[in-house]
Amino acid sequence: MAKKTFPTRRKILTGMAAVGAASALPDVTRFAHAGSHSAPIKIGFQVHRTGIGAAYGRWYERTTMAATKVINDAGGINGRPVEIVAEDDGTDPKRGAEVLEKFANQHGCDIAYGTLFSHVVIGSAPRAAELKMPYFVVSEGHHVASGMLNRYTLQPGITDVKSQVQAMAPFVASNLGKKVTMIFPDFAFGHNHRDFFSAAIEAQGGEVVAKLAIPPTETSFTKYFPQIPRETEVIYHVMVGPSVLTFVKEMGEFFGPSAPQIFGFIDSLEAVDFATPGLEFLEGTHFWEGMPRYAQADQTDYDKFYRAQVGVDNNGASLDDPKDISTYSHMFACWETLYVIKQGMEAAGYTGPQDRTKLIEAVEAITDMPESNEHPQGAKLFNGKTHQVFGPQHISKVEGGKLVVQHTTSLEDGFYPDEVDYTTQSF
Amino acid sequence: MTRALTLHLGLIALLFALQFALPAYHHGNLARIMVMATFAMGYNIMFGYTGLLSLGHAMFFAAGMYGMGLAVTQLGMPVGPAFLMGIAAAFALSLIVGLLALRTIGVAFMIVTLMFSQTLFLTILYFGVITRGDEGFGIKQASRQIMGLDLSDPTIRYFAAWLLFSIVLMGTLWLVRSPLGRVLIAIRENEERAKMLGYDTWRAKLSAVLMSGTVSGAAGAAYGVLFGYVGASFAQVPYSIFPLLWVLLGGAGTVIGPLIGALFMFYLIDLSSGVTDAYMLVVGVALVLLTLFAPKGMMGMVRERWLKWLP
Amino acid sequence: MEFGPHLMLAMLEGLVQASVLTLTALGLSLVFGVMRVVNVAHGEFFMLGAVLAWWVTTMLGGNPAIGFVVALVVAPLLVGLMAAAADWLVLRRVEYDPERTIVATIGLLYIIQQVTLMTYGPDAHPVTPPFNTRLALPWYEFTDQGFQVYWPWGLSITSYKLFVIAAAIVTCLGLWLLMARSKIGLILRATQLDSETAQAFGIPVERVFALVFGMGAALAALGAVLVVPIQQAHYLMGGDPLLLSFIVVIIGGLGSFRGTVVAAVLIGMSDGVISVFFTPTLAKMLATLLVAMVLVYRPQGLFGAKPA
Repeated sequence: MAKKTFPTRRKILTGMAAVGAASALPDVTRFAHAGSHSAPIKIGFQVHRTGIGAAYGRWYERTTMAATKVINDAGGINGRPVEIVAEDDGTDPKRGAEVLEKFANQHGCDIAYGTLFSHVVIGSAPRAAELKMPYFVVSEGHHVASGMLNRYTLQPGITDVKSQVQAMAPFVASNLGKKVTMIFPDFAFGHNHRDFFSAAIEAQGGEVVAKLAIPPTETSFTKYFPQIPRETEVIYHVMVGPSVLTFVKEMGEFFGPSAPQIFGFIDSLEAVDFATPGLEFLEGTHFWEGMPRYAQADQTDYDKFYRAQVGVDNNGASLDDPKDISTYSHMFACWETLYVIKQGMEAAGYTGPQDRTKLIEAVEAITDMPESNEHPQGAKLFNGKTHQVFGPQHISKVEGGKLVVQHTTSLEDGFYPDEVDYTTQSF
Repeated sequence: MTRALTLHLGLIALLFALQFALPAYHHGNLARIMVMATFAMGYNIMFGYTGLLSLGHAMFFAAGMYGMGLAVTQLGMPVGPAFLMGIAAAFALSLIVGLLALRTIGVAFMIVTLMFSQTLFLTILYFGVITRGDEGFGIKQASRQIMGLDLSDPTIRYFAAWLLFSIVLMGTLWLVRSPLGRVLIAIRENEERAKMLGYDTWRAKLSAVLMSGTVSGAAGAAYGVLFGYVGASFAQVPYSIFPLLWVLLGGAGTVIGPLIGALFMFYLIDLSSGVTDAYMLVVGVALVLLTLFAPKGMMGMVRERWLKWLP
Repeated sequence: MEFGPHLMLAMLEGLVQASVLTLTALGLSLVFGVMRVVNVAHGEFFMLGAVLAWWVTTMLGGNPAIGFVVALVVAPLLVGLMAAAADWLVLRRVEYDPERTIVATIGLLYIIQQVTLMTYGPDAHPVTPPFNTRLALPWYEFTDQGFQVYWPWGLSITSYKLFVIAAAIVTCLGLWLLMARSKIGLILRATQLDSETAQAFGIPVERVFALVFGMGAALAALGAVLVVPIQQAHYLMGGDPLLLSFIVVIIGGLGSFRGTVVAAVLIGMSDGVISVFFTPTLAKMLATLLVAMVLVYRPQGLFGAKPA
């Protein structure tokens, strides 16, 4: 059928496969030299290789493989090599649950890890609890900290949306404007933004003047923009999926020269090149970033190290292809989660599946995570009761086609009262 | 007569026995496949026996699933009665869809069912406050109990799935041999002739939609109860295509075809995804090859070549 | 925005959608009308057109206009050839049996999607439009001073979107001339009316079918090349055009050229116009339900003949 040749891309894919295969296989020689002949620790990696999450999944996989290589080069976990068992979940909740079963009962994995899309998390989490398998998710949703999941599900790598949004509101209200129109996808992820930001901006004395919930299947957006009230001072946008670039371009075409202030979550342009024609109007607008895509003037050595290991250049693109933009604001969480798993397993003296509950207790006991090569995005605080981590957030401005950090929030900006205490639940 | 009965009872006995023989992973898979095969058997009543090609069966599956799930989360019902609520919801939806969609035939029928299903999907999103939109919600493990039996336990889950599957399998077998079933087959072969022979074909078709939709809804409700998750992805187009594929692969208009098709598709994806990332490619090629070399599906081929009596 | 300008903007946007939809649906209608089969892979041919357009423009580089013009020719041609090959290798062998064709084309759909994912990747890639000027549009109002023209905030369109509308109209006219006036059109119409008799009169029906299948796919690809500077090429983009084309073909009445065009414009526009009055998701819900109800009460479509 569609036989096409993309030399650079194919090269990357084969390269990727080689890297993947190499790091998936335990490097026997190295660990033999280290004097250990123990079997690898198997981490089941639920990855979005196909379906709507594939653009994120590809970078999640690259980050995971890079972190695993660094961990193994440094002697693995408890002297054992780490083996990543990756299975595609098709970004589908049903297949996600099946994949978890496969990890537990077929591959004999120690834990499961890696999921991004929240419906896959929520569809899989019940199975994780039934299989009594720790499930480390990297999904940003508030579902972990809200208490709707279970003791086996943890999110120690990425701050949840509720916290992110709450930390953004003071900057938006005091620097951009108080009358906000929100544009978000009409499903749970977007509703999290809608509810938590509305509350947070009102606490700052601002108000949301209009809420535009866009159906997830939509591919053209201009027809909705007239619903933006003229009094709007700030547009708050967060979109996901393959149509994000259309959304942002059409927003620019709609406003022309008389746009209000624009504040967006980088999700709207994650994995998208800012140099794309039609995005010039974004110059001077602001974005939330989980981790700054462009290397900043005060770049830390940790960021430098992490970038080099994952293979990302100073513009957030793949070292092999400057047009291949990473999902920089999210994928760091894979790296950090693997290090939390390592820390937890070492603290618990983890030897095998019989120690799974000890592992969970050890992770629950973690609090401070200092900024380091293990946590290159910044210092974090883990809340063992809610199974949720809290980290710094960045607000960047587009200057000369690049994102320049203007403000970094403190951890306290994102705190909210606990909604659950998982540690009181039995295993 | 008895040959067919022996075969199907034997299949049920075999599935029962496999409970004790299968390793954990395949045991779990088979429980899931039996639920999905029940969905496909529901589809088969309309498509395989009556010749009505629906492209919107996900709506019945989802109606059962959400009827059950919302009864638990919104009305605080235990899962047993909630399961019946799911079936009732699917029955009500089948009645509405049947009354409207049966005014059309052929490709228009396909599109109408597709559009109704899409409307249900959007409705689920629109009432996100209750349904939790695309994210869906879990049914807590603690509440998944019927008469003191923990449905999240693998053995009990397997038996629950087996029970549902067996009831629907024997029900389908009974149906195709009943007078109503023969009218349905007559409609599939030639509706005009059936009408001229004096049968009320409209009423027969409506009952086919009702049975088909209700059985599919029961499968959806069972899936939610047994696997603890209710989500909008089950109302999307792929879940309308899957039962069609399973039935066509297994053999449309055969009683055990849906199980064979669901089993084949599941393991084709599961095994090939272990070997290659390109498992959808493998599935695509397999589908093309099957249409070329086994046009009546696997059981259809078996019936044509060897077992002429296969119902 | 006030009601008048809002409605106008929604209609303009609807018209752009309708233009692309018309081409895609005409492709499906052609296949449907002549061959009487449901091609589930039609949306994937659309997607292939968009992906090939990206590929061509990226390979050529330089002035985006040159790349775009080349893509306009090359992408539909390649997609048409692929589709004709698929017809010859698969559909011909299943003897165009309706059910087997559905399964076979679902298989094709999976194959095309997966191969695209493996080569082109999961990201959405943009194609630079050859020209894209924002054109602010005026509106009028009656005030104390009488009739006045003003420029409402946000009421605008781009030159490229206008071009898409024009290109679709030209293509439709060309296709109509081909069908109504040329010998190929005569053969196609004869095959559509009665393929067995056509064969008896020496028309090579098998080759006509391959040609029709290729032409149908090429039309979808052409629509995709036109839309890809507005919406990016993505390997999952084929789903929506497939659904919408189906709806258009049925509402328009099977095999009716005029019906397909009118239905495409109606459906393309209705999405935009309904969105003026309701919140987005509710608008989508109502638009979907409306289509279903139209078919329930007029199953032969708006322009099809009543069944005897």
